[in-house]
Amino acid sequence: MTMFTVAALALLVSLGLVLVRVLKGPSIFDRVIAGNSVGTLSVLLLAVIGYVFGRPEFIDLAITYALLNVIGTIAVLKFFRYGDLGVGEDEAGS
Amino acid sequence: MGRVISMAIVLLVFWLTLSGHYTTFLITSGVISAVAIALLAYRMDVADREGHPIHLGLSALTYWPWLVWQIILSALNVTRIIINPSLPISPTLTRVKMSQKTDVARVTYANSITLTPGTISVDIEGDEILVHAITRDNASDLEAGGMDRRCTQFEGSV
Amino acid sequence: MDVALYFLSWALLAGGGFFCVVGAVGLLRMPDAFTRLHAASIIDTLGVGMIIAGLMVQSGLTLTTARLGIILVLVFFTSPVASHAIARSMRHRNVKPVLSEDRTGEGS
Repeated sequence: MTMFTVAALALLVSLGLVLVRVLKGPSIFDRVIAGNSVGTLSVLLLAVIGYVFGRPEFIDLAITYALLNVIGTIAVLKFFRYGDLGVGEDEAGS
Repeated sequence: MGRVISMAIVLLVFWLTLSGHYTTFLITSGVISAVAIALLAYRMDVADREGHPIHLGLSALTYWPWLVWQIILSALNVTRIIINPSLPISPTLTRVKMSQKTDVARVTYANSITLTPGTISVDIEGDEILVHAITRDNASDLEAGGMDRRCTQFEGSV
Repeated sequence: MDVALYFLSWALLAGGGFFCVVGAVGLLRMPDAFTRLHAASIIDTLGVGMIIAGLMVQSGLTLTTARLGIILVLVFFTSPVASHAIARSMRHRNVKPVLSEDRTGEGS
């Protein structure tokens, strides 16, 4: 077993544990926190998989996913708060 | 104008890192896009001290290693809490003063608080940050102001 | 490959995997949403840092290392933003954290 397989297995185990939290909730924020962690772990898994299969191009996918992850989290939070993606904080007068 | 030029250089280095194929065509298009984006940023007035804080580059070289060390220490601390069967947490909400003047340094301070496991900046009210800490000790360490001084130093050493 | 580098990247990758599992376990064990954020930030800092560092040691001074560095910087700049956004919207939604001590003087 190479070191990359070990790291990939550890990442898969943590992904499984985090998914339990996504399913259990209880509030939407717990799910968002867990979903954000799923994103981070996926970035790492993509990077490690590139080494497991000897294809470093996977790192470009990891970069893209790292960029999308934070935008996705903030979009979900914003949608949850205003029920709309187009409203800024100032306009909503919070 | 120096800031625009340095922005173009940073963008070009970023392009070359991501590209990996060094043919004449690709390098030329990289140069053209880097210069075009730098000029657009200049016209949009975002290539200023806030949008492209390259002047903090040197002090970042001393601040970031210190921050990484703090992160390692407090992450080990939180790890000990998690693997302890009795889960010895004492969540604390507190306010800490921030003495930085520019927005970039304030963002750096708030981000450093959040990046260190065990403390999270929840909200900013005027000169104070509302911080949620996982134990009383974490909150007290932050109130002692070591990180605040470091950030002010990071801002001031320009 | 150099033996020392081999063992270094083994240690970094195994340690990174360990901290990811610890963060995930913490996410399950912690009692409320604010404390779960602390557990998640272990994954975002030590988990990401050690695994990426292990991969960097493995690939040496190549373009791949530079790209891994971009991932590292990207995650280190964006993950506190996401954590802060979550914490802030919890506060604005009036989600009360479970506290042992409140030093803000709000008495809430």
